[in-house]
Amino acid sequence: MPNKFPLWKNITILLVVTFGFVFAAPNLYPPDPAIQLSGQSGAMQIDAAVLQKVEQSLDEAGIAHRDGEFDGEALLIRLDDPELQLRAKEVIQATMGGDYIVALNLAPTTPGWLRDLGGVPMKLGLDLSGGVHFLLEVDLASALATRLESDLEDVKTALREERIRYRSFELNNNQIVGQFRDAEEVARAKTLIRTNLRDLVPQSQPGQNPLSLVLKLSDMASREIEDNAIKQNLTSLRNRVNELGVSEPMVSRQGKNRIVVELPGVQDTAEAKRIIGKTANLEFRLEASGRVGEVFDFRNPKGQGPDARLESKAVISGENVTDARASFDENGRPQVSITLDAKGGWQMGYATRDNIGRRLGVLFIEFKTKLEKSIDENGELVLTPVPFVEENIISLATVQAQLGKQFRITGLEQRESSELALLLRAGALAAPMYIVEERTIGPSLGADNIALGVKSVAVGMALVLLFMLVVYRGFGVFANIALAMNLVLLVAFMSLLGATLTLPGIAGIVLTVGMAVDANVLIFSRIREELAAGSSIQGSISSGYDRAFVSILDANITTLIVALILFLIGSGPVQGFAVTLSIGILTSMFTSIVMTRGLVNLVVGGRKIKTLWI
Amino acid sequence: MTNLKIYNFMGLRKIAAIFSAVLLIASVASLSTKGLVLGLDFSGGTQIEVGYEQPADVAAIRQQLEGAGFEGPVVIQYGSETDVLIRLQGKPEQGLSEQVYDVLEDGSEAVELRRVDFVGPQIGEELREDGGLGMLTALAVVMLYVAIRFQLKFAIGAVLALAHDVVITLGFFSIVGLEFDLTVLAAILAVVGYSLNDTIVVSDRIRENFRKIRKATPVEVINESLSQTLWRTINTSVTTMLVLLALYFIGGELIHNFAVALMVGVGIGTYSSIYVAATVMLALKVDREDLLEPVEGELVDDLP
Repeated sequence: MPNKFPLWKNITILLVVTFGFVFAAPNLYPPDPAIQLSGQSGAMQIDAAVLQKVEQSLDEAGIAHRDGEFDGEALLIRLDDPELQLRAKEVIQATMGGDYIVALNLAPTTPGWLRDLGGVPMKLGLDLSGGVHFLLEVDLASALATRLESDLEDVKTALREERIRYRSFELNNNQIVGQFRDAEEVARAKTLIRTNLRDLVPQSQPGQNPLSLVLKLSDMASREIEDNAIKQNLTSLRNRVNELGVSEPMVSRQGKNRIVVELPGVQDTAEAKRIIGKTANLEFRLEASGRVGEVFDFRNPKGQGPDARLESKAVISGENVTDARASFDENGRPQVSITLDAKGGWQMGYATRDNIGRRLGVLFIEFKTKLEKSIDENGELVLTPVPFVEENIISLATVQAQLGKQFRITGLEQRESSELALLLRAGALAAPMYIVEERTIGPSLGADNIALGVKSVAVGMALVLLFMLVVYRGFGVFANIALAMNLVLLVAFMSLLGATLTLPGIAGIVLTVGMAVDANVLIFSRIREELAAGSSIQGSISSGYDRAFVSILDANITTLIVALILFLIGSGPVQGFAVTLSIGILTSMFTSIVMTRGLVNLVVGGRKIKTLWI
Repeated sequence: MTNLKIYNFMGLRKIAAIFSAVLLIASVASLSTKGLVLGLDFSGGTQIEVGYEQPADVAAIRQQLEGAGFEGPVVIQYGSETDVLIRLQGKPEQGLSEQVYDVLEDGSEAVELRRVDFVGPQIGEELREDGGLGMLTALAVVMLYVAIRFQLKFAIGAVLALAHDVVITLGFFSIVGLEFDLTVLAAILAVVGYSLNDTIVVSDRIRENFRKIRKATPVEVINESLSQTLWRTINTSVTTMLVLLALYFIGGELIHNFAVALMVGVGIGTYSSIYVAATVMLALKVDREDLLEPVEGELVDDLP
């Protein structure tokens, strides 16, 4: 048995090794702290003049920086000291004003040739980079309820137009329930709804009062409403996050009704939370005449009464707003100028045309959560978040003329006006959300975690290398080379796949280092056994590898199954652990079986040796 | 195989069974009476880590917080003298962390906000369910794989060994009163993976020897297999323990319990792959006959 690899196998090994080194290399270049400047809209010019202004402001503030670079439509300025990043942002924002978005960024320092090859460093999880993680739950039930309310009005209008008489119509337990005087009217109403209002499905239950009509949202309509609610909330959140000026934010859907927001890097977390967590909306409603409608308190009851009665159907809501800017009116009082989309403008015009002289109210709606204490069956105190809505009238003014696409809202405090403008501009939320999980990791803790992680990998690795050398001597060297290569390959694959490295992920790497040698231990033990049983040296090597292979494969497949399950059930950090563990298993199979065999073949294969140094 | 020393492992299997039974009973008893100290991930609540420049006075911080109207704050030192972990019970509402930080900032010493965790009660509950479900799924899938790849008696042995390791590791956390959080759950699943690795390697050898050695009792075959794999079992455990020690001492506070869970699990897993799986197989009267039927993937070996 010659124990020689054909040339192609050796070349393959060499290629994989090169691949590993190239794609692991970008991680050796730590990114620079930087500030990124871009315009609020694409039309804004970011040119040399802007650059000069920015650099001058930094020089004046005594913040060391490098020359600015143009990066597409944005400007990037690298700083020397990460501690000064936040201050630099404030300085630049103050100089450039609110029309520019100033974001904290990390600028890559990977050399050009590596970037051209597609080499990127590993993404760091929030526990390593620092940052904020929010998990928000979207209250879908409330999105459905809002829709049912407007459907209820539509049903009433449609019936009135068709002169179908009914006794009453109201919302009851997510259903629209109507009462009629005779069965014929019920049948006519049913036909009308089936043809004109297809989202609603008339229900027929046994034993139902023949003079009542129960309508429910169709499954398809409910699903669509829920889906749209999530989608719109996602879009609004993305816009809001952009307004915050965060580089590389992540906003994505999780499960049926949750949204994850991750903002890496240094930031003002309180500010981030206020803007993201804020679920405000606006509704314009006409003042109700008579006893219909709902009564709301004024937000700022100066001059006007404590409350007012508004109609229950909104003319338009925040969804129709295309632009909103905070400014001041002629008397220097804060105001918000609002521009509506075509549909909103038309609806506004239609509603105000016939109602000149009546008063139009602006309702500010905030969705909040409070925790309610209760005692469960085990006598333990449990806290359940109960979402509630706070609705206040901001202003109630007489309609002087027909309103169109543009108008103003007054009666706000200055801070309120700028916040309202931001929220309206960034988009309203289709359904309220509340924070169900928040994790903030300070930048220094992130850096500490990286340092600790790297140190434990280094020490753990050193211990294992030493042990293998002592126990398996010459063959220990092969195993150790394979182990080091395994680490390089693991890092290369994680970088290339865009997998995120977390602290548990580093723990996974450390564990992989410990367990990856198992395959070599198995193989070497087998070779020793074969030698002890009196086989020839070359024969022992060959059968040692062959026989250990089945065990290694079985053992690794089962571990892979466990890692997969871990990935499926886990969230964030645990998934990071599962990912490194899985990739580590796969790369270690290659390095500990194929690579060590190549090395063994190269050194002792085909030669006459008296004793094997194992 | 002439000069390999064969240890009579199975001769001690009654003692080992008693040992395992004692550990299991103690674990189950503690888990059912005392339960686990659930970490924030599972219990929900608010937790804030802050760093001071000087060694922090825990009692003073507690007083400061109580003075500001926070109900029963738990303030402990975390990792080093200058780091403090504050856990708030009673009312885990949004925005609480900012309030706490504001209070601390008003104190005489410079304080840095290092970490905030807020976990809503519903998230904790879901995680508890998902964690348990994941564990059961893992065991079921593994059992299926081993049953197909080996044989049902091997599968039962492997799964009981895994359940043994998981229960005892959980029991250890309950008895010692260490906090059980998400990283510990990950560690326990990694223990499942590790222990399984060990059990599979041993089972593999047992299967091989059952086919190879014709005139031997099952006890002899198992003893020989265990002796043959003994050094591999020990060496792999040692390398894994070495890296875990590195994690335990260097990895930092967040990884501490993760390393503890794995060390306990790897220790128990090494023992169980020798004693539990094999003892169960013997109790199920594993025999050469069980392995005579060609197993998938091994067809070539069994051709006449």
